Amino acid sequence: MEQAAPDPDRQLQPAPVESLGGPGAVLEAAVGEETEGTREDSAGVHTMTGNDLWLKKIEISVSEAEKRTGRNAVNMQETYTAYLIETRSVERADGQSVLTDSLWRRYSEFELLRNYLLVYYPHVVVPPLPEKRAEFVWHKLSADNMDPDFVERRRIGLENFLLRVASHPVLCRDKIFYLFLTQEGNWKETVNETGFQLKADSRLKALNATFRVKNPDKRFTELKHYSDELQSVISHLLRVRARVADRLYGVYKVHGNYGRVFSEWSAIEKEMGDGLQSAGHHMDVYASSIDDILEDEEHYADQLKEYLFYAEALRAVCRKHELMQYDLETAAQDLASKKQQCEELATGTVRTFSLKGVTTKLFGQESAEQREARVKVLEEQINAGEQQLKSKNLEGREFVKNAWADIERFKEQKNRDLKEALISYAVMQISMCKKGIQVWTNAKECFSKM
Amino acid sequence: MAADLILPNGGTPAGTSSPASSSSLLNRLQLDDDIDGETRDLFVTVDDPKKHVCTMETYITYRITTKSTRVEFDLPEYSVRRRYQDFDWLRNKLEESQPTHLIPPLPEKFVVKGVVDRFSEEFVETRRKALDKFLKRITDHPVLSFNEHFNVFLTAKDLNAYKKQGIALLTRVGESVKHVTGGYKLRSRPLEFAAIGDYLDTFALKLGTIDRIAQRIIKEEIEYLVELREYGPVYSTWSALEGELAEPLEGVSACIGNCSTALEELTDDVTEEFLPVLREYILYSDSMKSVLKKRDQVQAEYEAKLEAVALRKEDRPKVPADVEKCQDRMECFNADLKADMERWQSNKRHDFRQLLVGLADKNIQYYEKCLMAWESIIPLLQEKQETK
Repeated sequence: MEQAAPDPDRQLQPAPVESLGGPGAVLEAAVGEETEGTREDSAGVHTMTGNDLWLKKIEISVSEAEKRTGRNAVNMQETYTAYLIETRSVERADGQSVLTDSLWRRYSEFELLRNYLLVYYPHVVVPPLPEKRAEFVWHKLSADNMDPDFVERRRIGLENFLLRVASHPVLCRDKIFYLFLTQEGNWKETVNETGFQLKADSRLKALNATFRVKNPDKRFTELKHYSDELQSVISHLLRVRARVADRLYGVYKVHGNYGRVFSEWSAIEKEMGDGLQSAGHHMDVYASSIDDILEDEEHYADQLKEYLFYAEALRAVCRKHELMQYDLETAAQDLASKKQQCEELATGTVRTFSLKGVTTKLFGQESAEQREARVKVLEEQINAGEQQLKSKNLEGREFVKNAWADIERFKEQKNRDLKEALISYAVMQISMCKKGIQVWTNAKECFSKM
Repeated sequence: MAADLILPNGGTPAGTSSPASSSSLLNRLQLDDDIDGETRDLFVTVDDPKKHVCTMETYITYRITTKSTRVEFDLPEYSVRRRYQDFDWLRNKLEESQPTHLIPPLPEKFVVKGVVDRFSEEFVETRRKALDKFLKRITDHPVLSFNEHFNVFLTAKDLNAYKKQGIALLTRVGESVKHVTGGYKLRSRPLEFAAIGDYLDTFALKLGTIDRIAQRIIKEEIEYLVELREYGPVYSTWSALEGELAEPLEGVSACIGNCSTALEELTDDVTEEFLPVLREYILYSDSMKSVLKKRDQVQAEYEAKLEAVALRKEDRPKVPADVEKCQDRMECFNADLKADMERWQSNKRHDFRQLLVGLADKNIQYYEKCLMAWESIIPLLQEKQETK
């Protein structure tokens, strides 16, 4: 897969070949060595071509989270969480891994990385970050960013993000990404030096384009609708799921009261006492089993959330297309109007409104030299315009081709991942049912001995 | 005195049977009862509820079928129709005529909580079961089952005519207990009755707690059900957006639907079969407490009379007849009550074992239904879709 705008300065060595199985798995990304098939470009950075042999692989993991305090931009004390990113290279032969890099990053640095990728790879469906703040929480779950469970789930989410980027055929080659994993100090400055913030399209511009574009590629329009609906349905699903979890928690916990009352009742019974007492114990077991069950289900919710956020990434690609298309349409329109102006000047007819035309009317005709000068200027502009239009057209077509290729890749990944998520959800439900049967069967045995 | 004359009918016309006949009869029959039902000679069933719409009111009647080889019954089989107020009448009559015995409770007269339709199928069925239980408990009782009012209830074509007659067929004991006055202070309650009293207090308390817990669980389950009913369809909505994922998502939606149905069945079952029995036993405890109070009164009267005699400082050791009567009354009461209590304890144990095993079974069935639903969609989810 080629990039739309290859920039040797940003190319680098790591280039994964295999796609991963599911988030959370430790990815093996291939690291290029100086084997045959590499070439050194003008910037002195190695890049990999598709068919080379890999001798080494790398593993990325976000292994720890730590609370830190520091001073922020306005010199105020703040508490934040830092995450330890470890990169290991793996010898294929014996599977042993050696720690090559290890550094700490906080969430805002991940955000910076992603924003950078969004600007420089607009044709790519850029993997999303885990949520900034806990949302769709059911009541027992904390909405506090410092809560250890939230931090843990975020750690997993961040690891997943890095693995997704590292396994992307285009994104993995990015130098800034490589530096993110390897260069702790000064990385922020390096990113900012790329000037990516300036290159970013303004929101206003994008919005304007969305409304005004006349002939966008139909596939992108459909994709945009799809991503809107996907976002809506997954949000709904997550909201209801949180309520379902809440209610289920209530059902299980109330059963714990049976444990207590059976125990009290057994105290006044003779023959029935033992049976009641032991049955009560099983009710307690039942009541406490829900905590683990719902904790497991949070993993499912996280998988859904990832695709909720992916919908936004899809929309971003569509927006870029609309922007480029609009740009193209505007340039073409501009060119057409200039050509017409030129023609009018040459023939002397004035069909289009121009300031010159008005002033001519008011202040008299211009001389032949003046008119010729203007024609020349216009002709130059027209030439430049035609060149620009050609290159914009080319750019646009390249973009559509590359974007659509990534979208197809994304679709397959999505189908695979969500199927896996549904299967694991079903497995969780099955396990919950089996536990329920077990507990009530045990209780039944106690009751029958009453 | 025909003290040892044991008559087949425990509730004979006043004057001919000895006060102790009830309990000795009980003892004799208890041996028979140990041979599980083989010597049973009376079978009663309540079924076939029917709605009657009249100008003044609408009500339900139930068919009572009786099969018996007892001599007290002219025919081997009877089939009559009775309504709730007839059962209520019967119970009152039994309490009146057999005050030394524990009379089983009836289901509540009025619907206490919720907006339950008293003509709904579920309500009528729940009531029918309770009425059936009521009659069966009487049938199983060696003394109550021979009660004349019970016999009439089971056999008379026109019960209302009989009711109007106002025949007071009280047993001798019944008659005498009826006239026991309150107002005597009890000296000391025999340990066993004190223990029964304490037991019943705690028992009723615990049952009340269990009732509340069960209701709370049902409430939580219903709220859970409400959310599930919204949750399942969202997967369907999603499925409509997708290509390859459409079938898996639709499958999950259907699965959640099945689980919702199973949950609804569970809550209905528990409401209809578990809660009513709990409530019945709470009512039972309450009526038993009143019988215990009555026993206390009988003992108190006896003690007072005895004390009065002692205070008169008479030389004659012979105890006056009325004090003797009091003593008889008390001993009879104690014996009947004790026997009934044992019987009640054993029935209670059986009933609760059945009830709680039933509760566990309902929950197991619920989980099995859900398990089946989820297991059946795993192959669907794992299916490789043909690329279009």
